Amino acid sequence: MDALLSLIHGFGILADPMNILYMFVGIFLGVLIGVLPGLGGANGVAILLPLTFSMSPVSGIIMLSSIYWGALFGGAITSILFNIPGEPWSVATTFDGYPMAQQGRAGEALATAFTGSFLGAFVATLLLTFLAPLIARFALQFGPAEFFAVYLLTFCSFVGMGKESPLKVIAAMMLGFALAAVGIDTVTGQLRMTFGSTELLRGFDFLVAVIGLFGVGEILLTMEEGLAFKGKTAKINSRVVLQVWKELPKYWATAIRSSIVGCWMGITPGGATPASFMSYGLAKRFSRTGSKFGTGEAEGVLAPETAAHAAGTSALLPMLTLGIPGSPTAAVLLGGLLIWGLQPGPLLFVEQKDFVWGLIASIYLSNVAGLIVVLTTVPFFAAILRVPFSIIAPIILVICAVGAYTVHNALLDIAVMLVFGVIGYLFKKLDYPLAPLVLALVLGDMAESAFRQAMLLSQGSVSIFWANPLVGSIVTLALTMLFWPLISAGLARLRPRAPAPLSP
Amino acid sequence: MKTGIARSLVRGLALAGLTSAGLGAGAAHAAWQPTKTVEFIVPAGTGGGADQMARMLQGIIQKHSLMPQSLVVINKAGGAGAEGFLDLKVSNRNPHKIIITLSNLFTTPLATGVPFKWEDLTPVAMLGLDEFVLWVNAKSPHKTAKDFVEAAKAEGPNSVKMGGTGSKQEDQIITAAIEQATGTKMTYVPFKGGGDVAAQLVGGHITSSVNNPIEAVAQWRAGELKPLCVFDKERIPLKENVTASMSWGDIPTCKESGLDIEYLMLRGIFMGPGATQEQVDYYVELFKKVRETPEWKDFMAKGAFNTTFMAGDEFKGWLGKAAALHRSLMEKAGFLAK
Repeated sequence: MDALLSLIHGFGILADPMNILYMFVGIFLGVLIGVLPGLGGANGVAILLPLTFSMSPVSGIIMLSSIYWGALFGGAITSILFNIPGEPWSVATTFDGYPMAQQGRAGEALATAFTGSFLGAFVATLLLTFLAPLIARFALQFGPAEFFAVYLLTFCSFVGMGKESPLKVIAAMMLGFALAAVGIDTVTGQLRMTFGSTELLRGFDFLVAVIGLFGVGEILLTMEEGLAFKGKTAKINSRVVLQVWKELPKYWATAIRSSIVGCWMGITPGGATPASFMSYGLAKRFSRTGSKFGTGEAEGVLAPETAAHAAGTSALLPMLTLGIPGSPTAAVLLGGLLIWGLQPGPLLFVEQKDFVWGLIASIYLSNVAGLIVVLTTVPFFAAILRVPFSIIAPIILVICAVGAYTVHNALLDIAVMLVFGVIGYLFKKLDYPLAPLVLALVLGDMAESAFRQAMLLSQGSVSIFWANPLVGSIVTLALTMLFWPLISAGLARLRPRAPAPLSP
Repeated sequence: MKTGIARSLVRGLALAGLTSAGLGAGAAHAAWQPTKTVEFIVPAGTGGGADQMARMLQGIIQKHSLMPQSLVVINKAGGAGAEGFLDLKVSNRNPHKIIITLSNLFTTPLATGVPFKWEDLTPVAMLGLDEFVLWVNAKSPHKTAKDFVEAAKAEGPNSVKMGGTGSKQEDQIITAAIEQATGTKMTYVPFKGGGDVAAQLVGGHITSSVNNPIEAVAQWRAGELKPLCVFDKERIPLKENVTASMSWGDIPTCKESGLDIEYLMLRGIFMGPGATQEQVDYYVELFKKVRETPEWKDFMAKGAFNTTFMAGDEFKGWLGKAAALHRSLMEKAGFLAK
């Protein structure tokens, strides 16, 4: 009840019209940032941070966090329409979202994505409101071994999913790992595979690779196939949202599972990107129509978007309660707290009640506002696909180039993006899957650091991965998933034998 | 009588010299100021200590209109900051680009062999020095740095798991210095950022850390961590209570506790090669004004920074000594690139 009273108090703080205005400005800017690939939530918030310097801390955090929510919503738009993930956490959304758009169901895909985002955020916000201090303790249980276990689980929930040959999957994944290793090695502080080049110091950024592999690769493919979007017959129907909402209750299990995965990954700083991948992998495995994933299943859009937004929102929980950022954007917001003269950490909930509850109340309101903003734009965005390819393709390429440049303010990244575009095209032509490459690129680095940190702590003993029930159960779960095809084959072989004695 | 005349002559000359110097400075100030947007390079990622300080500076300069042009913060974190330093190194005679440094100004070229050194850049000013504190979990039985060192000796090599930011950078250098001073062997575990390290320490996954004050103060106040000693010559001169019973000034220096190690991290501003004296003076004046703002003073106090300000030859002298110190520390620890 205490939390409920505080929340009502928070809504009172929010009633200031200026705060509502900041919220809408934030949402709008955020959607824009989400749509532009490369300009991620963290960069966007960092750029606008000094603007909030002269605001009150409550107004400042409301505007900046609204930008973050907007970016979480907006990331899905270009993923679905053009196969270009606007944000890292929208990569998994392209797997089914883009095929849907190609079938003329862009509106449906967008509405599903936005609704999923909202659901995820809502669950995470409830958690933030009522269980924050309790759950914060759980986040502290995560040391290097636990982090590695989580990354392993993400990989394992993704393995053996595609229709491609296992060798091709492994080849793509290994390429991803190799690219992820370029740059500085955080454990030894040495440079790896930079070959004396200054430009390679920063390594291959996941975003630049993704913009190239998906965005540019797709444009190359479309050019070959006759310069037209397959989705141009998209019917524009303003009632599409209502139709989608009628369908969604069918996927309740996926929605709940994805929200849980998202909240968990947000709280334990795993982040929105692994959350979206893991949630997609799990949905595919457990869904009745799992085999059709990748061909345009609404459930395949719902799962990653719900998880990403749940993770993005719950990433604020460790930031507020422990002073540990759960995502790169949360890290920038954390810097914001210091600039406004607040001290993040366990005492924030006690000392800065207005700030904390104003923020939590604003999450409810700005997600509702965000949902309304993006849903009303669904027909408009779907209509973009009707613009002739010859006009839209150059615009997309320019946006991709700007996006690739923005990630690190580096010109070479545009060339890198183009090379990845060609790789993406070749992969498609040769029937190599892109997802394992992307997954390895985004998680390879983190998984490697976590593994080596764990090995340092245990003096090289693998037993650290079974040292306590938490890490042990995650690792065991991951290995079970990895070998599930073998296990299920084994079970299938056992089954006919079992009833055998009964039928002489 | 003669001496009197001579003295007044000298005084007169000195006065004239002073006024002309003053005038000169004034003229120089009017002579150069930025004519376009100034890029403020951060050789570290978003959200870290250097990034926070850079964005704080940007906010203060903007709020108080201290500069006619705007300041844009750009992160160039690749290769442990080498990317940012190399960018400055090739920005010859570009007065519209400045960089904020941390210890990686010295450590990165030594550890990675990337070709740059601090002399390649034009030093502008030292904004302050970041302190380092030896932290342990509040539940740890150690009450002083002495207890900590004795336990490390008694429990044998690698019993202490020291967490820190990055590899072969300031945190690991201090760890190596502790090992050398006490003859113990510790396991150093590198993490991405100071916030991660503090969280790992609270969670009991590591034994100790050498976090900067600002990275661990929140957990200290919440009673999750406790400070054992500060790696400075003197105690931090802040008497205001941070926790219920302790202020920054109550933390003993490591030397007092028998661990004779001093280490401070530079928070300074540099320009690219070939900057003129006028341009350097402009930025020195700018940051002097920033230092006078209440926001900056508050920021310095919250992070328990050592607020020493230096510019000109004094700063260059300090840099020379700091570079030599880093070289010898890293050489002893075997961190130099081969």
